[in-house]
Amino acid sequence: MQLQQMYQEIILDHYKNPHGRGLREPYDAESFQVNPTCGDEVTLRVRLAGDTVEDVSYEGQGCSISQASTSVLTDLVVGRGVADALSTMDAFVELMQGRGQVEPDEDVLEDGIAFAGVAKYPARVKCALLGWMAFKDALARTGGQA
Amino acid sequence: MTALTAPLDVAALRADFPILGRTVRDGKRLVYLDSGATSQRPRQVLDAEREFLERHNAAVHRGAHQLAEEATDAYESARARIAAFVGVTPDEVVFTKNATEGINLVAYAMGNAATAGPESARFVLGPGDEIVVTEMEHHANLVPWQQLAQRTGATLRWFGVTDDGRLDLSDLDALVTERTRLVAFTHQSNVLGTVNPVAALVARAQAVGALTVLDACQSVPHAPVDLAALGVDFAVFSGHKMLGPSGIGVLYGRRELLGSMPPFLTGGSMIEMVEMARSTFAPPPQRFEAGVPMTSQAVGLGAAVDYLNAVGMDRVAEHEHALTVAALAGLAEIPGVRVLGPGLDAAGDVADRGGAVSFVIDGVHPHDAGQVLDDEGVAVRVGHHCAWPLHRRLAVPASVRASFYLYNDLGDIAALLDGVRAAQRFFGVA
Ligand SMILES: Cc1ncc(COP(=O)(O)O)c(C=O)c1O
Repeated sequence: MQLQQMYQEIILDHYKNPHGRGLREPYDAESFQVNPTCGDEVTLRVRLAGDTVEDVSYEGQGCSISQASTSVLTDLVVGRGVADALSTMDAFVELMQGRGQVEPDEDVLEDGIAFAGVAKYPARVKCALLGWMAFKDALARTGGQA
Repeated sequence: MTALTAPLDVAALRADFPILGRTVRDGKRLVYLDSGATSQRPRQVLDAEREFLERHNAAVHRGAHQLAEEATDAYESARARIAAFVGVTPDEVVFTKNATEGINLVAYAMGNAATAGPESARFVLGPGDEIVVTEMEHHANLVPWQQLAQRTGATLRWFGVTDDGRLDLSDLDALVTERTRLVAFTHQSNVLGTVNPVAALVARAQAVGALTVLDACQSVPHAPVDLAALGVDFAVFSGHKMLGPSGIGVLYGRRELLGSMPPFLTGGSMIEMVEMARSTFAPPPQRFEAGVPMTSQAVGLGAAVDYLNAVGMDRVAEHEHALTVAALAGLAEIPGVRVLGPGLDAAGDVADRGGAVSFVIDGVHPHDAGQVLDDEGVAVRVGHHCAWPLHRRLAVPASVRASFYLYNDLGDIAALLDGVRAAQRFFGVA
């Protein structure tokens, strides 16, 4: 069964009980991203405190993969420094674009390693990256790095 | 093809399609339910292309050597057979890359009409003129008209869609008026399966002097279609959706319209006479086929049409109708599944509906449902199927679409239904 490989329990848990969901005030920047092939969308806000990601809040509609990966994102970046968050993002993007050949580092990606199976399905990689692209874009809009 | 004979011998037909014999995802039988996106090709089509390339390949309508002659004959013979297949004459058939290009050809030609000669006057659009489309169009029959409206200052208007997935014609006379210059609509929806009332739309368009453009992408492959009898001014369809190659499509245009329409692409092949500062253009269809055209693809589409004729389009339509009814009946029995588009009536039948069955499953996103189906070897389409406004109208972000063709059978429908139940179990909603 390949399905279980892709839909790890961790992913289904995040899908059913997403972390950090909802749009919150105040925020420094917002990004709306859409996957034009399927219509999935996410609106994501970033709140910075100095150089730290103080909050990420989001709302959207999409498949289990896009929803769960956005939930994991909040776990991985909230409370971290911006540079730290961006390097985590790079690790996640590398994993997703690795066609299943990249060995994920659990110390860096935590629950994000569950998406290793998704990387074998090129059509779903965009789903997994939707929230992360919104995060990157929102960070850029804060006028900070990225 | 005349009267109906026997039902299709699907097992025998399937033997003509090598790809249907392969397995996917660790040895699963391939259940191909995505012919609405692109169809598979029988050996006869593949052989025709190969034979052409191995024996006759040359640039058509150029040169006087033997191969050039044979290639031109093969190309024009394909045009003649394809024209006959849809009830029109060869000089009314323009080869394009696909249906999308055919629609763009008309839209750009109309945009060029303002600076062409007086014979093109009826194609000129400007502020105050209106283009009417429908809310169920594929983006291919929507975006080019949005763009044309933008370039010319014309206004875009559209028919709505009813809750059960039919075109809402209640405001036909208010929507299509003396201001309407063009009505573009799909023959059969690629999402809902809905077959639209072409006669009513053409009658109203003709009454107000508007041109009609029929998107026949999902009708010509699946049922007998006589474009001349339908009375439309233009129509488009794609080879790859009707057992033919990709890279070839057809634009049909009524002879006098093509004859007075300015070109879209210009260059070699489409000219009559060229001087340094000006040129005149060839008569249609050459006027609209600039450059060396796709050749083995045209030959392949000719072979596809031969294949469909041999099977009989009436029988294809009847077969797909049976599959559609079985799918609708089966999906109706699964709690939490909602079909978009016309469902079965009290007698368990449905009229004016083709074999594209799109649906949503409560609690399972279409992407996730498609993944479970894929794991079972069932290939369906998920997403908005290039009909985003239609999905918005039906208040769903996306859907799962199963679409049928002559090589599908009731076993494929059973696999679809099993896969839907498996998706519900996997995501814990059943
Ligand atoms: C109804 C309809 N119109 C237009 C198109 C566009 O066809 P093509 O992509 O071959 O140009 C399609 C195919 O997806 C379709 O289903």
